[in-house]
Formats: sequence, C-alpha cells, structure tokens
Amino acid sequence: MEKISLTGQLIQYIFTGITVGSIYAMVALGFNIIYNVTEIINFAQGEFVMLGGLIMVFFSAFLKLPLPLAFLLTVAVVTGVGALMERFTINPLKNATVLTMIIVTIAVSILLKGIAMFVWGKDPYIIPPFSGSEPIVILGAAIQTQTLWVLLMTAVVVVLLSLFFKKTRYGKAMLACADDPDAARLVGIKVNTMVLISFALSAAIGAVAGAIITPISLMEYDRGALLGLKGFGASVLGGLGSFYGAVVAGILLGIIESLCAGLISSGYKDAVALLLLLLVLYVRPSGLFGNVEAGKIKEF
Amino acid sequence: MDRQNRNRLVGLIFFLVLFPVLVMNVGAIGHYLDVMIFVGIYSLINMGLSLLMGYAGQISLGHAAFFGLGAYTSGILCTKLSLSPWLAMFAGVAITALIAYIVGVPSLKLKGHYLAMATLGFGVIVYIFFNEEVALTGGPSGFSDIPGLTIMGLNLNNDLYYYILVWSLVLLTLIFSLNVINSRIGRALRSLHDSEVAAAAMGVETSRFKVIIFVLSAAYASIAGSLYTHYVGFLSPSSFDLFLSIKLVMMVVVGGMHNIWGALLGTWLLTFLGNEWLHVFHDFDILVYGAILLAIVMFLPEGLIDLTPRMRRLWKGR
Repeated sequence: MEKISLTGQLIQYIFTGITVGSIYAMVALGFNIIYNVTEIINFAQGEFVMLGGLIMVFFSAFLKLPLPLAFLLTVAVVTGVGALMERFTINPLKNATVLTMIIVTIAVSILLKGIAMFVWGKDPYIIPPFSGSEPIVILGAAIQTQTLWVLLMTAVVVVLLSLFFKKTRYGKAMLACADDPDAARLVGIKVNTMVLISFALSAAIGAVAGAIITPISLMEYDRGALLGLKGFGASVLGGLGSFYGAVVAGILLGIIESLCAGLISSGYKDAVALLLLLLVLYVRPSGLFGNVEAGKIKEF
Repeated sequence: MDRQNRNRLVGLIFFLVLFPVLVMNVGAIGHYLDVMIFVGIYSLINMGLSLLMGYAGQISLGHAAFFGLGAYTSGILCTKLSLSPWLAMFAGVAITALIAYIVGVPSLKLKGHYLAMATLGFGVIVYIFFNEEVALTGGPSGFSDIPGLTIMGLNLNNDLYYYILVWSLVLLTLIFSLNVINSRIGRALRSLHDSEVAAAAMGVETSRFKVIIFVLSAAYASIAGSLYTHYVGFLSPSSFDLFLSIKLVMMVVVGGMHNIWGALLGTWLLTFLGNEWLHVFHDFDILVYGAILLAIVMFLPEGLIDLTPRMRRLWKGR
C-alpha cells in the first residue's frame, strides 16, 4: 500500500478535528442558548446528542424510514424531550439555588441515560452514511462523505439560529430575556415560554448533532457525559454565552484534540480537551474571545 | 456537642454494635456485614462531601478521583515498594491532600456551574490517567494481590474485624466533623453557604475556608480509598469513574445535604440499594437512580433526613 504523505496525514487529522469539533460547537451552542435565557448550565446537554443518535438509529435503521423523514422525526422527538424536561423539572423549581439546579439537570441526565440503556442496551449502534460510502480524496487525505454532511448541517444550524434570533419575534424576545428578564416581562414577553423554547431549541440542536455524527463515530447510551463536558469546554473557551465564540472554539477544540490523538497519544486525547477546559477556567474564565465586561453582556 | 447530636451518636453506636450480632446469625443476610463495610467506606467520603456541599455550599463532581488517588497510592506503594500499609495510607493522604490543594485553590475561585464543571473535568482526567499509565496502575485491567491490613500482628482479613476497623474510623471522623461544624470554621462555613458576599464583608476569609474544607474532604476520600484497596485487594479504574462521583453526590443529596447525618443516611440507603436490593433491576439500575434523585430534589429538597420533621410540620400545620 502506498504510504500516506505527512501533509495528507495532517489534512486527515484536521478534517477529523473539524468534524468532531462541529459536534462540540453544536453542544456548546445548546449550552449557550439555555444559559443566556436562564443562567442554568444544563448538564443533560450531552444526553440530547446521545438521544439524537440513538433515535436516528431507530427511525432509519430499524423502521427503515427514508432518511429526511427519519431525521426530522428524530429532531422532533428530542425537541419534545427537551420541552418535557423544562416543564417537569426546571419550571416547577423557580428560585432554586444554583446547587439545586445543577443536581436537577444531573438527575435528568442520569434518567435519560438510564432510559437509553433500557431501550437500546449497552452496545454501540451505527447507521450508513447519508450518501455514498466511497471516501473523497483531497490532497492525499481520504475524507468521508459524512464529514461533508456534518459541515453542511453545522452551517445550516448556525445560519438558521442567526436568522431566528435576528428576524423572528420569538428570537428577539429570547434575546430580550437574555438581556434582562424583568424588563422583558414588563414589556409583555412571556419569560416562561422563552425558557421552554430555549430548552426545546437546545435539544433540537443536540439531536441534529447526534443524528449526523452517528454514521462516523457510532453511538451508545453512555456517550452523553463526555460530549457534554467537551461541549462545555468549547462554550467556555469561546466565552460562555457567545454565539460565534462557541462555533470557533468548538472547531478549534476538535482540531487540537485530533492532532493530539494523531501525533502524540490517542489515549490522552480526551484528557487534552479537559486540561484545556481547566486551564481556561483557571486563567481566563471569560474565554478566549470575551473580556470580563463583555462576559456580562449576554449577546448571542 | 448538642443533645440531638449526642442522642444520634449513641443511637448509631447502639445500631453498629447490634448489627453484626443480628446479621451474622441469619444465613440469608449474613453477607450484609460486607455491604456495611462498603457503607462505612463511602460514608467516610460523603461526610467530607457533606461538609463541602451542605456547609460550605460548594459542589464537587470529582470526588471519585480523590478516592481513587488514595486507593492507588496505597495499592502501588504496598505491592511495588512493599511499604507498610499504614505508612502507605498516610502517604496517600499526603499526596491526595497536596493534589486537592493544587486543584482547589484555582477551582474554588470559580462559582456554581464553573466549579461543578471544573471538578467534573478533573475527575475525568484522573480517571484517564489511571487507564493510561499502564506501567504504574496496570491500565484498564488493573492489578491485584494487594495485601490486607494487620494491627499489631492481628490480621484484619476477616469481615467482622474489618467492619470494626472501618466503622471506628467513621465514628472518629464523624465526631471530628461535628466538632468542625461547631467550631469557628463551621460558623464561617455556614455564613458562606448563606451568602458569600455577606460573609466576606464581615471579614470571613471565604476562599481560605473553602480550600481548607475541600482539602479535608479529599483527605477523607483518600483514607476511604486506602481502606477500600486493602479490603477488596484489587484495583481497576472502573471503580473510580465519573458515575461514582455522581453517585457520591447523589447519596449526600438523597440523605439531606445540609446535615451530616443526612449524608450517612443517604450513603446507607443507596449503598444497600446498589449492592443488594437493586439487583432486581440489574440492567436498568441507572434509571432507578435517576428517578430517585429527581424525586428527592423535586419533592424533598432537604433530603430523607427531613422526612419526619416535615411530616410533623405538615401535621401541626393542619
């Protein structure tokens, strides 16, 4: 077999990094949307990704529905889970302490993980790539077609979210809540509804991420925690609450991780992302792209 | 120590003395003594966690790491360097406390969610370390043949002796912790829990006290880890994973996080559930754990320890 050149290898790693990083970016976006509206960090965010992957497996591989339909149904179901979570656990606990909120979202994450294990068992699942399994060769690196799907869908999510927050009534109302919930309430915005939408929206983004990554990295019931943790790393790195920061930091994190795995040690690749998270938290908790003042102004 | 604490302490000692007598004579539940040893080991960790969460108002989702550091230090020093287990236990506490200090100083400057994520991240990093440093830790498959404990020539390789050892340490730690709670540090901590800003304004050195309690709780966890190692005689990373950290927090919350007795109650209940009674549900025990935790936080936020006082309040309110 022909030896792959070093450039080819590097390009390969970078593409892998961008792919995984897109997923982290989407998890980070989910964190940010909920955080902006409620100041809650949702520890169940990673579970939405896991559910998205496994429900996609159910619809497309088990029920053999056509791909677009399976995808839409997956997103719809997980969005529903997010909305239910808000209605039954977050909404009744108004004015709870941060500690209680952390524990509640952890409880939900354990519950979702338990349900997933009950339904799908402990084995990982895979589905075929969305289109053609023949990899494309770019500069000596073999790129899976699914990678292109991941990039495309990430771009679609980012564009749709921007439009949502800039153009629609609900999006603008959510921004208003993020700025000042009391003032938003005074001008007639139903803050309650906005919190509900923020959870539903985060769950939807998580579902998209899970559904598109499953053909590449497989999916099993206990993947949520680590995905959530790294997604949180990305959102902190980008400055918690910052929309574009999350995207850039997520992809950056993915590339760093993939280069470490390829060039240094694959066993420690998860540790690298987490060490980076700790470093940012310790040294610059406002993130790479925010300053302390900007960290306080909650803008998407 | 006030009357309630003294009464509870007497009650606990009474129960601990009776327990082996009752259990060992009934064949079907004879192994409950073994479960009770694990209750004791986890109680040691959770008393520290209770001081940290319930009294200082800080969360740690990484305490399995400190438990593991104590366990691995003991295991490695005893097998590879043939050090005396007691010396190794001491070394474990020293190493764990040092690491807790290094991690604690920057981490405890963080608030709420950031602190939770930082400790979570730290826990996962230590777990990966246990898995990857194969030469030192044996990697994912771990290592075995760790010697048991002896006191003055008496081999403690017996459930009853080990039970007595573990629970004596638990009682000592409990009394020590109750004294900490009623000391100047304890009062400072409670002021932290209510309002950190107000406490700081009154001249309480908030960050110093938080770090002291964090290091103390890590030391408790390390001792628990050493006891665990010598009892089980076998170590592998899966005993110290992320889910254990979460389960520890869960025990504290289910029992009642604002009360060290609640931590003991929660540990007792969930350990028996996990090791014994949940076997009925074998493969979906996580589901049951999640449901229990959610139910407690939603409907009994002060934990099970608050159940009877709450009933009484409801009754009187009528």
